[in-house]
Amino acid sequence: MIDAHPIFLTFKLATVTTIILFFVSVPLAYWLTFSRHKIKYVAEALVSLPLILPPSVLGFYLLLAFSPQNVFGSFLERYFNLRLVFTFEGLVIASILYSLPFMVQPIYNGLKMVPQSIIEASYTLGKGRLTTLVRVLLPNVRASVITGIVLAFAHTVGEFGVVLMVGGNIPRETRVVSIALYDEVEAMNYSQANMYAITLLIFALLTLSIVYFVNSPSRVNRVV
Amino acid sequence: MIEVSVKKRLFSAKGEMQLNVAFKVEPGELVTLYGPSGAGKTTILRMLCGLAVPDEGTISVAGETWFDSSQRIDLKPQVRNVGIVFQDYALFPNMTVKENLEYAIRRNQSHSVIDELLELMELSSLSDKKPDVLSGGQQQRVALARSIVRQPKILLLDEPMSALDTTLRFKIQEYILKVHQQYQLTTILVSHDILEVITLSKRVFLIEHGEIVNEGPPSTLLPMQALRSMMDALPTSNR
Repeated sequence: MIDAHPIFLTFKLATVTTIILFFVSVPLAYWLTFSRHKIKYVAEALVSLPLILPPSVLGFYLLLAFSPQNVFGSFLERYFNLRLVFTFEGLVIASILYSLPFMVQPIYNGLKMVPQSIIEASYTLGKGRLTTLVRVLLPNVRASVITGIVLAFAHTVGEFGVVLMVGGNIPRETRVVSIALYDEVEAMNYSQANMYAITLLIFALLTLSIVYFVNSPSRVNRVV
Repeated sequence: MIEVSVKKRLFSAKGEMQLNVAFKVEPGELVTLYGPSGAGKTTILRMLCGLAVPDEGTISVAGETWFDSSQRIDLKPQVRNVGIVFQDYALFPNMTVKENLEYAIRRNQSHSVIDELLELMELSSLSDKKPDVLSGGQQQRVALARSIVRQPKILLLDEPMSALDTTLRFKIQEYILKVHQQYQLTTILVSHDILEVITLSKRVFLIEHGEIVNEGPPSTLLPMQALRSMMDALPTSNR
Protein backbone atom coordinates (compact mmCIF):
# COMPACT_ATOMS: atom_id res chain seq x y z
CA MET A 1 0.00 0.00 0.00
CA ILE A 2 1.19 3.52 -0.68
CA ASP A 3 1.56 6.15 2.01
CA ALA A 4 -1.71 8.12 1.89
CA HIS A 5 -0.34 11.12 3.74
CA PRO A 6 0.94 12.91 0.62
CA ILE A 7 -2.52 12.58 -0.94
CA PHE A 8 -4.21 13.91 2.17
CA LEU A 9 -1.68 16.75 2.42
CA THR A 10 -2.11 17.66 -1.25
CA PHE A 11 -5.88 18.00 -0.93
CA LYS A 12 -5.54 19.94 2.30
CA LEU A 13 -3.13 22.33 0.59
CA ALA A 14 -5.38 22.69 -2.45
CA THR A 15 -8.48 23.31 -0.29
CA VAL A 16 -6.86 25.96 1.90
CA THR A 17 -5.25 27.62 -1.13
CA THR A 18 -8.50 27.66 -3.11
CA ILE A 19 -10.55 29.14 -0.27
CA ILE A 20 -8.05 31.95 0.32
CA LEU A 21 -7.63 32.47 -3.43
CA PHE A 22 -11.37 32.93 -3.89
CA PHE A 23 -11.48 35.82 -1.44
CA VAL A 24 -8.35 37.36 -2.96
CA SER A 25 -9.33 36.84 -6.59
CA VAL A 26 -12.89 38.20 -6.58
CA PRO A 27 -11.88 41.73 -5.47
CA LEU A 28 -8.79 41.59 -7.67
CA ALA A 29 -10.75 40.52 -10.76
CA TYR A 30 -13.36 43.18 -9.97
CA TRP A 31 -10.68 45.85 -9.75
CA LEU A 32 -9.01 44.69 -12.98
CA THR A 33 -12.39 44.77 -14.74
CA PHE A 34 -13.57 48.19 -13.66
CA SER A 35 -10.44 50.20 -12.87
CA ARG A 36 -9.27 52.71 -15.44
CA HIS A 37 -5.99 53.28 -13.67
CA LYS A 38 -2.96 52.57 -15.84
CA ILE A 39 -1.32 50.59 -13.06
CA LYS A 40 -3.88 47.86 -13.67
CA TYR A 41 -1.93 46.71 -16.74
CA VAL A 42 1.12 46.13 -14.57
CA ALA A 43 -1.06 44.32 -12.02
CA GLU A 44 -2.56 42.21 -14.80
CA ALA A 45 0.91 41.23 -16.01
CA LEU A 46 2.02 40.40 -12.46
CA VAL A 47 -1.05 38.21 -11.89
CA SER A 48 -0.44 36.36 -15.17
CA LEU A 49 3.30 35.97 -14.64
CA PRO A 50 3.08 32.44 -13.14
CA LEU A 51 1.45 31.29 -16.41
CA ILE A 52 4.69 31.73 -18.34
CA LEU A 53 7.33 31.67 -15.63
CA PRO A 54 9.02 28.33 -14.81
CA PRO A 55 7.66 27.38 -11.37
CA SER A 56 11.20 26.99 -10.12
CA VAL A 57 11.87 30.69 -10.77
CA LEU A 58 8.95 31.71 -8.58
CA GLY A 59 9.98 29.08 -6.02
CA PHE A 60 13.56 30.30 -5.99
CA TYR A 61 12.61 33.90 -5.24
CA LEU A 62 10.06 32.87 -2.65
CA LEU A 63 12.70 30.70 -0.99
CA LEU A 64 15.03 33.70 -0.85
CA ALA A 65 12.26 35.95 0.48
CA PHE A 66 11.05 33.47 3.11
CA SER A 67 14.54 32.59 4.31
CA PRO A 68 15.14 33.70 7.93
CA GLN A 69 18.51 35.01 6.80
CA ASN A 70 16.78 37.68 4.73
CA VAL A 71 14.76 40.75 5.71
CA PHE A 72 11.23 39.49 5.05
CA GLY A 73 11.81 36.04 6.51
CA SER A 74 13.48 37.32 9.65
CA PHE A 75 10.75 39.96 10.07
CA LEU A 76 8.04 37.26 9.97
CA GLU A 77 9.94 35.09 12.40
CA ARG A 78 10.72 37.87 14.86
CA TYR A 79 7.31 39.55 14.96
CA PHE A 80 4.88 36.78 14.04
CA ASN A 81 6.86 33.69 15.00
CA LEU A 82 6.14 32.45 11.49
CA ARG A 83 8.58 30.49 9.37
CA LEU A 84 7.62 29.98 5.73
CA VAL A 85 10.51 27.88 4.39
CA PHE A 86 9.91 24.14 4.49
CA THR A 87 6.53 24.55 6.23
CA PHE A 88 2.91 24.01 5.22
CA GLU A 89 2.16 27.73 5.68
CA GLY A 90 4.92 28.56 3.22
CA LEU A 91 3.44 26.14 0.71
CA VAL A 92 0.04 27.84 1.04
CA ILE A 93 1.51 31.29 0.31
CA ALA A 94 3.53 29.95 -2.63
CA SER A 95 0.50 28.08 -4.00
CA ILE A 96 -1.66 31.18 -3.75
CA LEU A 97 0.81 33.16 -5.85
CA TYR A 98 1.36 30.30 -8.26
CA SER A 99 -2.35 29.55 -8.85
CA LEU A 100 -3.53 33.19 -8.79
CA PRO A 101 -3.98 33.54 -12.58
CA PHE A 102 -6.03 30.34 -12.75
CA MET A 103 -8.64 31.85 -10.43
CA VAL A 104 -8.40 35.52 -11.44
CA GLN A 105 -8.45 35.09 -15.22
CA PRO A 106 -11.77 33.18 -15.56
CA ILE A 107 -13.56 35.52 -13.13
CA TYR A 108 -12.08 38.58 -14.85
CA ASN A 109 -13.14 37.28 -18.28
CA GLY A 110 -16.64 36.56 -16.95
CA LEU A 111 -17.03 40.02 -15.40
CA LYS A 112 -15.91 41.71 -18.62
CA MET A 113 -18.80 40.04 -20.46
CA VAL A 114 -21.52 41.38 -18.15
CA PRO A 115 -23.44 44.17 -19.91
CA GLN A 116 -22.78 47.56 -18.38
CA SER A 117 -26.51 48.32 -18.31
CA ILE A 118 -27.16 45.55 -15.76
CA ILE A 119 -24.64 47.09 -13.37
CA GLU A 120 -26.07 50.56 -13.96
CA ALA A 121 -29.60 49.25 -13.44
CA SER A 122 -28.53 47.94 -10.05
CA TYR A 123 -27.06 51.33 -9.10
CA THR A 124 -30.22 53.19 -10.12
CA LEU A 125 -32.20 50.71 -8.00
CA GLY A 126 -30.33 52.05 -4.98
CA LYS A 127 -27.79 49.27 -4.61
CA GLY A 128 -24.10 49.88 -3.93
CA ARG A 129 -21.09 48.18 -5.47
CA LEU A 130 -20.85 45.36 -2.94
CA THR A 131 -24.52 44.39 -3.22
CA THR A 132 -24.24 44.58 -7.01
CA LEU A 133 -21.17 42.34 -6.95
CA VAL A 134 -22.66 39.73 -4.64
CA ARG A 135 -26.23 39.62 -5.91
CA VAL A 136 -25.92 40.52 -9.59
CA LEU A 137 -22.38 40.11 -10.91
CA LEU A 138 -21.19 36.90 -9.26
CA PRO A 139 -24.42 34.91 -9.83
CA ASN A 140 -24.31 35.92 -13.49
CA VAL A 141 -20.71 34.78 -13.92
CA ARG A 142 -21.30 31.60 -11.93
CA ALA A 143 -19.74 29.37 -14.60
CA SER A 144 -16.59 31.52 -14.63
CA VAL A 145 -16.35 31.42 -10.84
CA ILE A 146 -16.74 27.62 -10.76
CA THR A 147 -14.14 27.28 -13.52
CA GLY A 148 -11.75 29.46 -11.53
CA ILE A 149 -12.28 27.44 -8.35
CA VAL A 150 -11.82 24.09 -10.09
CA LEU A 151 -8.76 25.20 -12.07
CA ALA A 152 -7.07 26.80 -9.06
CA PHE A 153 -7.69 23.67 -6.99
CA ALA A 154 -6.42 21.36 -9.72
CA HIS A 155 -3.41 23.50 -10.48
CA THR A 156 -2.42 23.50 -6.81
CA VAL A 157 -2.75 19.70 -6.73
CA GLY A 158 -0.46 19.44 -9.74
CA GLU A 159 2.32 21.82 -8.75
CA PHE A 160 5.85 20.54 -8.33
CA GLY A 161 8.60 23.07 -8.89
CA VAL A 162 7.37 25.73 -6.48
CA VAL A 163 6.55 23.17 -3.81
CA LEU A 164 9.95 21.53 -4.05
CA MET A 165 11.76 24.86 -3.83
CA VAL A 166 9.77 26.34 -0.95
CA GLY A 167 8.66 23.21 0.88
CA GLY A 168 11.31 20.62 0.23
CA ASN A 169 10.33 17.04 0.99
CA ILE A 170 9.31 16.77 4.62
CA PRO A 171 6.91 13.90 5.34
CA ARG A 172 3.51 15.03 6.71
CA GLU A 173 4.53 18.68 6.40
CA THR A 174 5.44 19.45 2.79
CA ARG A 175 5.62 16.14 0.93
CA VAL A 176 2.70 16.44 -1.49
CA VAL A 177 1.76 13.81 -4.10
CA SER A 178 3.91 15.19 -6.91
CA ILE A 179 6.97 15.21 -4.60
CA ALA A 180 6.19 11.74 -3.27
CA LEU A 181 5.92 10.51 -6.84
CA TYR A 182 9.33 11.96 -7.70
CA ASP A 183 10.74 10.43 -4.53
CA GLU A 184 9.45 6.97 -5.38
CA VAL A 185 10.86 7.18 -8.91
CA GLU A 186 14.24 8.20 -7.49
CA ALA A 187 14.10 5.12 -5.24
CA MET A 188 13.05 3.00 -8.26
CA ASN A 189 9.76 2.03 -6.58
CA TYR A 190 7.82 2.19 -9.82
CA SER A 191 4.64 0.50 -8.61
CA GLN A 192 4.36 2.98 -5.73
CA ALA A 193 5.12 5.84 -8.14
CA ASN A 194 2.44 4.53 -10.45
CA MET A 195 -0.18 4.70 -7.68
CA TYR A 196 0.58 8.38 -7.07
CA ALA A 197 0.74 9.11 -10.78
CA ILE A 198 -2.57 7.45 -11.54
CA THR A 199 -4.24 9.32 -8.68
CA LEU A 200 -3.14 12.62 -10.20
CA LEU A 201 -4.07 11.52 -13.71
CA ILE A 202 -7.63 10.50 -12.78
CA PHE A 203 -8.04 13.65 -10.73
CA ALA A 204 -6.89 15.87 -13.63
CA LEU A 205 -9.26 14.12 -16.03
CA LEU A 206 -12.20 14.52 -13.65
CA THR A 207 -11.37 18.17 -13.07
CA LEU A 208 -11.28 19.05 -16.74
CA SER A 209 -14.52 17.16 -17.32
CA ILE A 210 -16.17 19.29 -14.63
CA VAL A 211 -14.82 22.49 -16.22
CA TYR A 212 -16.14 21.52 -19.66
CA PHE A 213 -19.48 20.46 -18.15
CA VAL A 214 -20.12 23.73 -16.28
CA ASN A 215 -19.11 25.71 -19.35
CA SER A 216 -21.25 23.73 -21.81
CA PRO A 217 -23.52 26.07 -23.80
CA SER A 218 -26.73 24.60 -22.36
CA ARG A 219 -25.61 25.34 -18.79
CA VAL A 220 -23.97 28.73 -19.16
CA ASN A 221 -26.22 31.63 -18.32
CA ARG A 222 -27.21 33.80 -21.23
CA VAL A 223 -25.16 36.77 -20.08
CA VAL A 224 -21.86 35.00 -19.60
CA MET B 1 -39.87 70.63 -11.25
CA ILE B 2 -36.82 69.27 -13.02
CA GLU B 3 -34.33 71.94 -14.06
CA VAL B 4 -31.42 70.95 -16.24
CA SER B 5 -28.67 73.16 -17.61
CA VAL B 6 -25.62 71.16 -18.59
CA LYS B 7 -22.69 71.01 -20.95
CA LYS B 8 -20.65 67.97 -21.87
CA ARG B 9 -18.17 67.16 -24.58
CA LEU B 10 -19.11 63.91 -26.29
CA PHE B 11 -16.99 61.67 -28.45
CA SER B 12 -18.81 59.55 -30.99
CA ALA B 13 -18.13 57.76 -34.24
CA LYS B 14 -18.96 60.99 -36.05
CA GLY B 15 -16.36 62.90 -34.05
CA GLU B 16 -16.46 65.34 -31.20
CA MET B 17 -19.69 67.10 -30.24
CA GLN B 18 -20.62 69.65 -27.62
CA LEU B 19 -23.79 68.75 -25.74
CA ASN B 20 -25.29 71.97 -24.44
CA VAL B 21 -28.87 71.82 -23.20
CA ALA B 22 -31.12 73.68 -20.76
CA PHE B 23 -34.71 72.73 -20.09
CA LYS B 24 -37.37 72.52 -17.41
CA VAL B 25 -40.01 69.85 -16.86
CA GLU B 26 -43.06 70.47 -14.65
CA PRO B 27 -44.10 67.88 -12.07
CA GLY B 28 -46.45 65.29 -13.56
CA GLU B 29 -45.49 66.14 -17.12
CA LEU B 30 -44.60 63.53 -19.75
CA VAL B 31 -42.13 65.03 -22.20
CA THR B 32 -40.13 63.58 -25.04
CA LEU B 33 -36.58 64.15 -26.18
CA TYR B 34 -36.80 63.64 -29.91
CA GLY B 35 -34.01 63.62 -32.43
CA PRO B 36 -31.71 61.54 -34.57
CA SER B 37 -29.46 58.95 -32.99
CA GLY B 38 -26.18 60.38 -31.79
CA ALA B 39 -27.81 63.72 -30.92
CA GLY B 40 -27.11 63.27 -27.21
CA LYS B 41 -30.56 62.20 -25.95
CA THR B 42 -29.42 59.13 -24.04
CA THR B 43 -26.56 61.08 -22.47
CA ILE B 44 -29.08 63.57 -21.08
CA LEU B 45 -30.99 60.71 -19.41
CA ARG B 46 -27.75 59.25 -18.09
CA MET B 47 -26.75 62.61 -16.60
CA LEU B 48 -30.15 62.88 -14.93
CA CYS B 49 -29.81 59.55 -13.15
CA GLY B 50 -26.15 60.06 -12.27
CA LEU B 51 -24.60 57.54 -14.65
CA ALA B 52 -22.83 60.23 -16.68
CA VAL B 53 -21.19 63.34 -15.30
CA PRO B 54 -21.68 66.69 -17.07
CA ASP B 55 -18.55 68.78 -17.65
CA GLU B 56 -20.35 71.75 -16.17
CA GLY B 57 -23.82 72.92 -15.21
CA THR B 58 -26.60 72.16 -12.76
CA ILE B 59 -29.37 69.63 -12.34
CA SER B 60 -32.01 70.18 -9.70
CA VAL B 61 -35.18 68.28 -8.91
CA ALA B 62 -37.96 69.71 -6.74
CA GLY B 63 -35.59 72.34 -5.38
CA GLU B 64 -32.93 69.78 -4.43
CA THR B 65 -29.57 70.08 -6.18
CA TRP B 66 -28.50 66.78 -7.71
CA PHE B 67 -25.57 68.15 -9.65
CA ASP B 68 -23.72 71.43 -9.50
CA SER B 69 -20.26 71.60 -11.01
CA SER B 70 -19.42 74.94 -9.32
CA GLN B 71 -20.21 73.53 -5.86
CA ARG B 72 -18.88 70.06 -6.68
CA ILE B 73 -22.21 68.46 -5.87
CA ASP B 74 -22.86 65.17 -7.65
CA LEU B 75 -25.39 62.86 -6.01
CA LYS B 76 -24.78 59.17 -6.61
CA PRO B 77 -27.28 57.25 -8.75
CA GLN B 78 -28.25 55.25 -5.65
CA VAL B 79 -29.72 58.27 -3.89
CA ARG B 80 -31.29 60.14 -6.82
CA ASN B 81 -34.54 58.19 -6.77
CA VAL B 82 -34.95 57.94 -10.50
CA GLY B 83 -36.55 55.04 -12.31
CA ILE B 84 -34.96 54.22 -15.63
CA VAL B 85 -35.86 51.72 -18.33
CA PHE B 86 -32.81 50.91 -20.42
CA GLN B 87 -32.94 50.28 -24.13
CA ASP B 88 -31.90 46.65 -23.60
CA TYR B 89 -34.15 46.40 -20.48
CA ALA B 90 -31.16 45.35 -18.30
CA LEU B 91 -33.08 42.67 -16.40
CA PHE B 92 -31.02 40.51 -14.05
CA PRO B 93 -30.81 37.12 -15.81
CA ASN B 94 -30.17 35.22 -12.58
CA MET B 95 -33.43 36.37 -11.00
CA THR B 96 -37.07 35.57 -11.73
CA VAL B 97 -39.51 38.33 -12.66
CA LYS B 98 -40.59 38.68 -9.05
CA GLU B 99 -37.00 38.63 -7.76
CA ASN B 100 -36.08 41.35 -10.25
CA LEU B 101 -38.78 43.52 -8.68
CA GLU B 102 -37.90 42.51 -5.12
CA TYR B 103 -34.25 43.42 -5.71
CA ALA B 104 -35.32 47.01 -6.20
CA ILE B 105 -37.26 47.30 -2.97
CA ARG B 106 -36.05 49.71 -0.29
CA ARG B 107 -35.25 48.66 3.23
CA ASN B 108 -38.46 48.95 5.30
CA GLN B 109 -40.58 49.30 2.16
CA SER B 110 -43.76 47.22 2.07
CA HIS B 111 -43.66 44.26 -0.30
CA SER B 112 -47.27 44.90 -1.31
CA VAL B 113 -46.01 47.19 -4.08
CA ILE B 114 -44.53 44.14 -5.84
CA ASP B 115 -47.86 42.33 -6.16
CA GLU B 116 -49.59 45.57 -7.07
CA LEU B 117 -47.13 46.17 -9.92
CA LEU B 118 -47.19 42.56 -11.10
CA GLU B 119 -50.95 42.84 -11.36
CA LEU B 120 -50.95 46.27 -12.98
CA MET B 121 -48.51 45.09 -15.65
CA GLU B 122 -50.31 41.75 -16.05
CA LEU B 123 -47.19 39.88 -15.03
CA SER B 124 -48.57 37.80 -12.12
CA SER B 125 -48.61 34.57 -14.13
CA LEU B 126 -44.98 35.13 -15.16
CA SER B 127 -43.63 36.02 -11.74
CA ASP B 128 -41.59 32.80 -11.38
CA LYS B 129 -40.11 32.93 -14.88
CA LYS B 130 -36.55 33.97 -15.65
CA PRO B 131 -36.09 36.86 -18.14
CA ASP B 132 -34.57 34.70 -20.89
CA VAL B 133 -37.84 32.83 -21.48
CA LEU B 134 -39.90 36.03 -21.78
CA SER B 135 -40.82 37.78 -25.03
CA GLY B 136 -39.53 41.29 -25.75
CA GLY B 137 -42.82 42.85 -24.72
CA GLN B 138 -42.92 40.92 -21.47
CA GLN B 139 -39.33 41.87 -20.64
CA GLN B 140 -40.23 45.46 -21.35
CA ARG B 141 -43.11 45.32 -18.86
CA VAL B 142 -40.86 43.77 -16.20
CA ALA B 143 -38.28 46.51 -16.75
CA LEU B 144 -41.00 49.16 -16.48
CA ALA B 145 -42.45 47.59 -13.32
CA ARG B 146 -39.00 47.25 -11.73
CA SER B 147 -38.16 50.87 -12.44
CA ILE B 148 -41.06 52.10 -10.31
CA VAL B 149 -40.84 49.70 -7.35
CA ARG B 150 -38.94 52.36 -5.40
CA GLN B 151 -41.68 54.86 -6.23
CA PRO B 152 -39.35 57.36 -7.88
CA LYS B 153 -40.18 60.98 -8.58
CA ILE B 154 -38.92 60.68 -12.12
CA LEU B 155 -39.24 57.97 -14.74
CA LEU B 156 -36.77 57.92 -17.62
CA LEU B 157 -37.45 55.79 -20.67
CA ASP B 158 -34.66 55.27 -23.19
CA GLU B 159 -36.27 54.30 -26.48
CA PRO B 160 -38.29 51.71 -24.62
CA MET B 161 -40.14 50.43 -27.65
CA SER B 162 -37.44 50.42 -30.27
CA ALA B 163 -37.13 46.62 -30.25
CA LEU B 164 -40.87 45.87 -30.36
CA ASP B 165 -43.29 45.41 -33.25
CA THR B 166 -46.14 47.87 -33.86
CA THR B 167 -48.94 46.02 -32.03
CA LEU B 168 -46.80 45.56 -28.94
CA ARG B 169 -45.80 49.20 -29.05
CA PHE B 170 -49.40 50.33 -28.61
CA LYS B 171 -49.82 47.97 -25.69
CA ILE B 172 -46.64 49.17 -23.97
CA GLN B 173 -47.62 52.79 -24.60
CA GLU B 174 -50.81 52.09 -22.64
CA TYR B 175 -48.80 50.66 -19.76
CA ILE B 176 -46.51 53.68 -19.74
CA LEU B 177 -49.44 56.08 -19.57
CA LYS B 178 -51.04 53.94 -16.88
CA VAL B 179 -48.02 54.00 -14.55
CA HIS B 180 -47.30 57.63 -15.35
CA GLN B 181 -50.76 58.60 -14.13
CA GLN B 182 -51.19 56.09 -11.30
CA TYR B 183 -47.85 56.88 -9.65
CA GLN B 184 -47.94 60.61 -10.48
CA LEU B 185 -44.57 60.48 -12.16
CA THR B 186 -42.66 63.06 -14.09
CA THR B 187 -41.64 61.12 -17.16
CA ILE B 188 -38.98 61.83 -19.75
CA LEU B 189 -39.06 59.66 -22.83
CA VAL B 190 -36.30 59.40 -25.41
CA SER B 191 -37.57 58.46 -28.82
CA HIS B 192 -37.10 58.84 -32.51
CA ASP B 193 -40.47 57.39 -33.39
CA ILE B 194 -42.80 60.24 -34.35
CA LEU B 195 -45.99 58.27 -33.75
CA GLU B 196 -44.87 57.30 -30.28
CA VAL B 197 -44.00 60.89 -29.42
CA ILE B 198 -47.38 62.20 -30.62
CA THR B 199 -49.29 59.49 -28.75
CA LEU B 200 -47.51 59.80 -25.45
CA SER B 201 -46.34 63.32 -24.83
CA LYS B 202 -47.79 66.79 -24.82
CA ARG B 203 -44.45 68.51 -25.09
CA VAL B 204 -41.39 67.60 -27.07
CA PHE B 205 -37.83 68.86 -27.20
CA LEU B 206 -36.19 68.55 -30.60
CA ILE B 207 -32.54 67.72 -30.16
CA GLU B 208 -29.94 67.95 -32.90
CA HIS B 209 -26.16 67.86 -32.57
CA GLY B 210 -26.32 68.21 -28.82
CA GLU B 211 -28.64 71.21 -28.72
CA ILE B 212 -32.35 71.75 -28.22
CA VAL B 213 -33.37 73.34 -31.51
CA ASN B 214 -37.08 73.62 -30.78
CA GLU B 215 -39.73 72.75 -28.21
CA GLY B 216 -43.51 72.63 -28.14
CA PRO B 217 -46.50 70.34 -28.61
CA PRO B 218 -45.63 67.42 -30.91
CA SER B 219 -48.67 67.96 -33.11
CA THR B 220 -47.40 71.36 -34.26
CA LEU B 221 -43.68 70.66 -34.16
CA LEU B 222 -43.25 67.25 -35.60
CA PRO B 223 -44.99 67.26 -39.01
CA MET B 224 -42.36 69.72 -40.24
CA GLN B 225 -39.68 67.63 -38.63
CA ALA B 226 -41.01 64.45 -40.21
CA LEU B 227 -41.09 66.12 -43.63
CA ARG B 228 -37.59 67.38 -43.20
CA SER B 229 -36.22 63.98 -42.18
CA MET B 230 -37.94 62.44 -45.20
CA MET B 231 -36.36 65.09 -47.43
CA ASP B 232 -32.98 64.38 -45.87
CA ALA B 233 -33.34 60.73 -46.73
CA LEU B 234 -33.85 61.49 -50.44
CA PRO B 235 -30.85 61.51 -52.77
CA THR B 236 -29.63 65.07 -53.42
CA SER B 237 -30.53 64.93 -57.14
CA ASN B 238 -34.24 64.42 -56.30
CA ARG B 239 -34.59 67.45 -54.03
